[in-house]
Amino acid sequence: MSILITRDTTFIIQGITGREAVNVTRECLDYGSKIVGGVTPGRAGREVYGVPVYDTVAQIASKTRVDGSIITVPAPFARDAAFEAIEAGIKTMVIVTERIPRGDVAQMVELAKLRAARIIGPNCLGIISPGEAKMGGLGGRAEDARKAFSKGPIGVMSRSGGMTTEICNTLTAAGLGQSTAVSIGGDAIIGSTYAELMPLFDADEETKGIVIYSEPGGPMEADLARYVKEEKSRLPIVAFMAGRFMDEMPGMRFGHAGTIVEGKADTAAEKIQRLEEAGITVAERIEDIPALLKKRLA
Amino acid sequence: MRFYEFESKALLAKQGLPLPAVSRVAGTPAEAGAIAREIAGPVVLKSQVLTGGRMKAGGVLFADSPDECESAAEKILKLEINGHAPRGVLVEGRAPVAQEYYAGVIYDVLAKLPVMIFSDMGGIDIEEVAEKHPQHIAKLHFSTILPPSDFRAKELVSSLGISGSELNRLTRIVAQLARSFTQYSLTLAEINPLARLEDGSFICLDAHVDMEAEARDRQQAILEELGIGPDETRQARPPTPFEIRGAQIDAVDHRGVAGNVVEFDGDLGLVIGAGGGSLTLFDAIRRHGGKPANYCEIGGNPSVSKTCELTKLILSKTGVRKIAVMMNVVSNTRVDIVARGVIKGVIESGYDPAHKIAIFRIPGSWEQDGFKILSKYGVEYCDRSVSMFDAAGRAVAKMQQA
Repeated sequence: MSILITRDTTFIIQGITGREAVNVTRECLDYGSKIVGGVTPGRAGREVYGVPVYDTVAQIASKTRVDGSIITVPAPFARDAAFEAIEAGIKTMVIVTERIPRGDVAQMVELAKLRAARIIGPNCLGIISPGEAKMGGLGGRAEDARKAFSKGPIGVMSRSGGMTTEICNTLTAAGLGQSTAVSIGGDAIIGSTYAELMPLFDADEETKGIVIYSEPGGPMEADLARYVKEEKSRLPIVAFMAGRFMDEMPGMRFGHAGTIVEGKADTAAEKIQRLEEAGITVAERIEDIPALLKKRLA
Repeated sequence: MRFYEFESKALLAKQGLPLPAVSRVAGTPAEAGAIAREIAGPVVLKSQVLTGGRMKAGGVLFADSPDECESAAEKILKLEINGHAPRGVLVEGRAPVAQEYYAGVIYDVLAKLPVMIFSDMGGIDIEEVAEKHPQHIAKLHFSTILPPSDFRAKELVSSLGISGSELNRLTRIVAQLARSFTQYSLTLAEINPLARLEDGSFICLDAHVDMEAEARDRQQAILEELGIGPDETRQARPPTPFEIRGAQIDAVDHRGVAGNVVEFDGDLGLVIGAGGGSLTLFDAIRRHGGKPANYCEIGGNPSVSKTCELTKLILSKTGVRKIAVMMNVVSNTRVDIVARGVIKGVIESGYDPAHKIAIFRIPGSWEQDGFKILSKYGVEYCDRSVSMFDAAGRAVAKMQQA
């Protein structure tokens, strides 16, 4: 199986007529995803690669089952788009948009929680369940996605969209396929953290191990360590920590919005220690991940 | 994005938070003296710097007369703190304080909600209070969907056993702080100490706010009002001309990103991406003993011209001998477009791409087209079978041979 999406998942794309969204529509359709509509206000009646465009989310949701939505509208409009999807009853939102202010993200996440919906992102490339479907730009064109991603037992979660593909490509080359790979987003506040997605992977029988990509900044890795210890996760985890150089440059901003070292607990060194204390293996290089994982799976 | 104390106070005053009757910044000792004469009583002088540890460094002084104030201002204005020169000296009247409190608002990124923090032990570091006197600190999350409400602030303050008029006055202040936090897209709003004077009134003695960089457009009106220009990045150190030029290149063209340029003093120029890939590659270069001339991030399929201009900027930096062009396996960035932009930038800078580009490692979408262009110009490239770490190693090895 997989988590979050399968070949039967139906979704829409909000902001479907945007330049990048048009590409994502094509990629997802080619990969086998079921896109049941798109929304761009004022553009109803058009089509994007055969996908009908509507003015509102409700126009689609009133006609057909919609499991998810990819939100790829400019940052000033992202909160409203997420509210619209949630209030239309959609349960899985992938928010691609970057540079959304934290207060807006907190509002979307709070409403999603009230409505028992889930947000992935913002500032992410979405989800792929190899061989099933992809929801977002992860892996790029279908032919490229098929090169980097393959079906198998490893769950992947990453704060970097690009590094999700890099890691899965490395796993694929070593014969380790993926159940689902999730680009969780690079912002300080995101809809679903490692620890919040772990129960889904723990419940998925096909998933046998986890790889995470992490960065300095924020308490998300410490929270994963807490989850692993408290909830006694059955899954071995291998982590890769990028941005180790940032420990020498506190307060400087590199990488993603969520990647700024504000205190000692945020540093790469501190996070590595916390992860290792929880029994999580920390890889020095991406290419070391498959062997470490195989050792843990044996 | 950090604000100076005087800016923080000006911002909080807009929500009605109580400041000292006179609270003004002086740029010269004479100006400081004039403010002290207006106050006509004991004053406190505080260095306006974007760094902590002001008190310990001698950046806060007291004076009882205008003359004393002038000489104290002279000392403070000359004093650099943690490498930061002061923007001025804030002069305020001093009043007898009965008790000091702490009030703050931040985001709890795991709860994904803002949280109000209050303590009846102000004036010291709040982390220290949390550690040593946990019974003197209270925290309470508040909704981002409901308006920041007085009742939450009241619950917070009363949870420390405070009642009477003190409760009502503090409720108002904490709620005003929470409203400022929401209204101005802050990521930190802190009053420490918040003082109760002997007459029972309250006053914000020190304040510190950080605004989220992502909200700058939305908050343009207040930023203009406070005189904070768009070129003030408020990073840990001020941007260098090289970094400012990098930001300009990124801003010219909305297609993709070629930004977040940070200057270092090495000899290997980096055209790397994207967010996570750049962090991974920068680590790898350093692990191999390489000396990066810069950090940067490209991604989101930047145009040929944007990549070209970034390449030219990096090559124009003194001491740069070669550049390495590397990314993780790309999805939405096109390999051929990056290849074209980089080669154009090298040629326009008057160099031979085969010599100047140490390594090109960007596998992924449109890679065959990209590799064709690179071959034509004799540039060494590698596909996904070479790891990011090994590609970085090859670049560093070339630098050591050269």
